[in-house]
Amino acid sequence: MLDRKKLKKEQIMQSALELFASKGFYSTTIPDIALSLKMSVGNMYNYFKSKDILAREIIKYISVYLGKKLREINEEDIPTKEKTRKIIEVYFKTASLKPEMIDYFLRIYLSNREVFKDGCEGMICVNEFVTEIMIYFEEGVKCGDLREQDFFSAFGLFMGYLGGMVFLKGENILPKDLDGYVDDIAFNIYKALSTE
Amino acid sequence: MKNKMRVLWLSAIACNGNTHSFLNYPFLEQFLDDFEFIYHPVIDSHYTLEDIVSKEIPCDILLIEGAISKEFQRADVSVVDIIEKYSKIVQKIVTVGTCATFGGIFRESGYSETSGLHFDQDKPSERFHDLLDKTISVSGCPVHPEVLVNTLYAIKKSAALKLDNFLRPKEFYAYTIHNGCTRNEYFEYKVDNHQFGELEGCMFYDHGCQAPFTHGSCNKILWNEVNSKTRAGLSCMGCTEPTFPKQNLFSTKKNMAIPENLPVGVGKRVYLTLAGISKAFKIDRLEKKLFDD
Repeated sequence: MLDRKKLKKEQIMQSALELFASKGFYSTTIPDIALSLKMSVGNMYNYFKSKDILAREIIKYISVYLGKKLREINEEDIPTKEKTRKIIEVYFKTASLKPEMIDYFLRIYLSNREVFKDGCEGMICVNEFVTEIMIYFEEGVKCGDLREQDFFSAFGLFMGYLGGMVFLKGENILPKDLDGYVDDIAFNIYKALSTE
Repeated sequence: MKNKMRVLWLSAIACNGNTHSFLNYPFLEQFLDDFEFIYHPVIDSHYTLEDIVSKEIPCDILLIEGAISKEFQRADVSVVDIIEKYSKIVQKIVTVGTCATFGGIFRESGYSETSGLHFDQDKPSERFHDLLDKTISVSGCPVHPEVLVNTLYAIKKSAALKLDNFLRPKEFYAYTIHNGCTRNEYFEYKVDNHQFGELEGCMFYDHGCQAPFTHGSCNKILWNEVNSKTRAGLSCMGCTEPTFPKQNLFSTKKNMAIPENLPVGVGKRVYLTLAGISKAFKIDRLEKKLFDD
């Protein structure tokens, strides 16, 4: 029963993500989301009491999704250089296969802080994802591959770069698919962060 | 005449810090009513050091202070030989302080193969293997006098002390120094804007405090009955641990913002999750001075 409710919640979040991406966050209403799933509006509220709650649950859902993928990379016994490349690949792959996810993160979560001010303070709602990035950095420094530096300088360089590329892709400015940039970006990021 | 327990206080390679710490025990007269030093470096005793090394004076407890090396002599006799002689006749051996237990700072002395009685830092040493069952370790630099005295009374009363892997009584070493620290609220909410000597702020995040991963009772059994390092505004230096002394005691070693040493038994992901949540909130009360004039 619990699993079925969880599954339904995920379906709602997925539909909401797609609608937010196509119609925009503010123009999408709970009835729109209910309609896309052929659910009654009343039933929708059994799952999410408000759009803001749904919005916060979605960002946590994305964080858990990406965090799980990064954790798999972190737990592999491979050099930091390879981990760097794999993280970029996973991020870009997610942006290509589930563009609405990264889109939500960049265009809704980061741009509408008022929606997230209660319950998503600081990095609470993206904790799983940020934790894995921190562990990637920490283990890289510990084994001597990465240079010790301020966390946010490194985090900004890494995530700002990836986010920027996905944003450009979303604006149809990039001439190539994201995959086509993995080599150069992995090289650039590792060169910037490494002790080499 | 009361039946006192006879105690030999043997100083090996030591700064005598434990001797001095012991003198701060507030009920020394009562202690000396129950125990008698057959020899102590600064308290009057019946025998001289020469007597101790040349004869075999009846003795119940051997206390060893300082790191041990075959090369180091007292009254022209190697401390190893003195330990071997008295260890045979005593009921119990107590390694007093971190040097006698793990080697401590005097591992760096010029004497060859300097270590604690049973441990070279955290590595077990074979040298006195047959004495393991007789030994209790009370580490610390120095050891808290009450920890030493209470251990001796436990021996006197034949109370069975549960020991940890380094032979330390769990009664005193099952806790971390963090336990009872008056700055715990600052730790919980990750308020790390500490200035040395001030009352506010946690020292774990930036100032090298080792309390969350150091075993001992400093914040439970206070020093001079009033205070502890962390209460006074100085970071815990981890002086009861095999790794003591580390370098850079006043700064927290971090790898890209994550402390290299985390609270005992706390996994990295758990720590980061909790820290991330705490850091997201600003608790005004904890950002202010406690006494705001």
